[in-house]
Amino acid sequence: MAKLEIESEVTGNVWKVEVEAGARVDAGDVLMILESMKMEIPVEAPEDGTVAELRVTEEDAVEEDQVIAILET
Amino acid sequence: MFDRVFIANRATVARRVARACRDLGIDSVAVYADIDAAAPHLGEATATARLPGYRAQDTYLNATRLIETAKQSRCDALHPGYGFLAENAAFARAVEDAGIRFIGPDPRWIETLGDKTRARQAMAEAGFPVHAGSGVLNDLDAAMEAAREIGLPALLKPAAGGGGIGMVRVSSEAELANAYAAARTQAANAFGNDAVYVETWLDRPRHIEFQVIGDGDTTLGVLERECSVQRRHQKVIEEAPAPGLDRSVLAGIEAAATSALDGYDSLGTVETLYADGEFGFLEVNTRLQVEHGVTEAITGIDLVRAQIRIAAGEHLSEVMPATVAAQGHAVEARIYAEDSRRRLPSTGRLSVYRPPDLTGVRIESGYAEGQWVTPYFDPLLAKVIGTGATREQAIGRTLVGVKAFDIQGIDTNRELLQNVLGSEPFIAGRLHTGMLGKL
Repeated sequence: MAKLEIESEVTGNVWKVEVEAGARVDAGDVLMILESMKMEIPVEAPEDGTVAELRVTEEDAVEEDQVIAILET
Repeated sequence: MFDRVFIANRATVARRVARACRDLGIDSVAVYADIDAAAPHLGEATATARLPGYRAQDTYLNATRLIETAKQSRCDALHPGYGFLAENAAFARAVEDAGIRFIGPDPRWIETLGDKTRARQAMAEAGFPVHAGSGVLNDLDAAMEAAREIGLPALLKPAAGGGGIGMVRVSSEAELANAYAAARTQAANAFGNDAVYVETWLDRPRHIEFQVIGDGDTTLGVLERECSVQRRHQKVIEEAPAPGLDRSVLAGIEAAATSALDGYDSLGTVETLYADGEFGFLEVNTRLQVEHGVTEAITGIDLVRAQIRIAAGEHLSEVMPATVAAQGHAVEARIYAEDSRRRLPSTGRLSVYRPPDLTGVRIESGYAEGQWVTPYFDPLLAKVIGTGATREQAIGRTLVGVKAFDIQGIDTNRELLQNVLGSEPFIAGRLHTGMLGKL
């Protein structure tokens, strides 16, 4: 089992978290939706796996490259 | 005329309104969120007022705070600009209830035209062309019936929405159940209202819109704008007049727009989609449009001053010329803070920000060197408007303006803009709303 760090591609905030810690996800599933400059930016699972950790909650501010979730693959 | 206008906005439009007030010899009050304490729009107004906070909902979207601040600064009128609360009927009404004139139409117009199915119906009844579509779909059966009648592919759209947000394309009856559920969820998420309707899907349409201005008694057309170059339904390049279309056909649609908006009492824009030789209603924007500058450039009319004077009770005959005549061509390119390749917004500090000073190029900039571009607001940094005797000249001047605009510290779409303005389909006038995806 490998741990995969999911990073934010933008500076913005967390609009919606679509999964819970422990959830099984397939590659391409939306983990959360970020918001920046009035744009919605979906964060997708890069691979199949389990959400080991969510490091942010809704309305949190995020920085570019900040780790926002850990996926166990 | 008003004594003092409160500008409930920021960046490009706040500067534009402040300039119009100055030209009219009236005072203006610019507001700022904490992050905008050094923004250039503050320098253009007579006075400034702080809106404590950073996020839009605490500042430029905070209706109560805005109205309170407008009262404290003894303003007798409020200009909402574009975006934020500009098309919020409840806000317009609250402003008027506070004894401040809202510079825009009667709130009833905002309400009727803000509801997309009601607007469609009202425009159709007034004789304006509409593409095939339905009313609000109450359930999946209604959606199926409407889809069969209109034909597929079709688009499911939020009734309370606009600006192309939350649309779902359906290409077969098998897809409809999922698409209908997805469209309702998206509509609820984006607009707090899950009502959706269906409209025919158009192949490579052009976005053509008609500027109107009314004083409550008379409504006048101020020509059209071509706004087909879009990304995610956000306009990127606009121009006036629309290239390659029959003037008499355009005049006919403009006449239908002014007659449908009989009694309208401000600036407004009737947006249409044009495909296969047919125009069809898209939506009405009951406010100043971002791209108003291209219309001003070819007509010599200051639309913002006209809008303020009408709100102050002047008549159309006093603020507009007897006939609207166009001269030459104008093209506007919007400079956005974005990483065009990754299609992501770009934030950071503008370490270098130098707008060019060129003949035939008007710059409307919302930012200044050293300022931070934050995730809190939309990505529009500036507009470059090139004007010329011909379309070729206007395109060339806009292209040079974009190229000569030196911006460093964040990513912008300047390269994309130059690619489009220099591309064969754009220069040949082969425009459609999906063209950016194909370049």
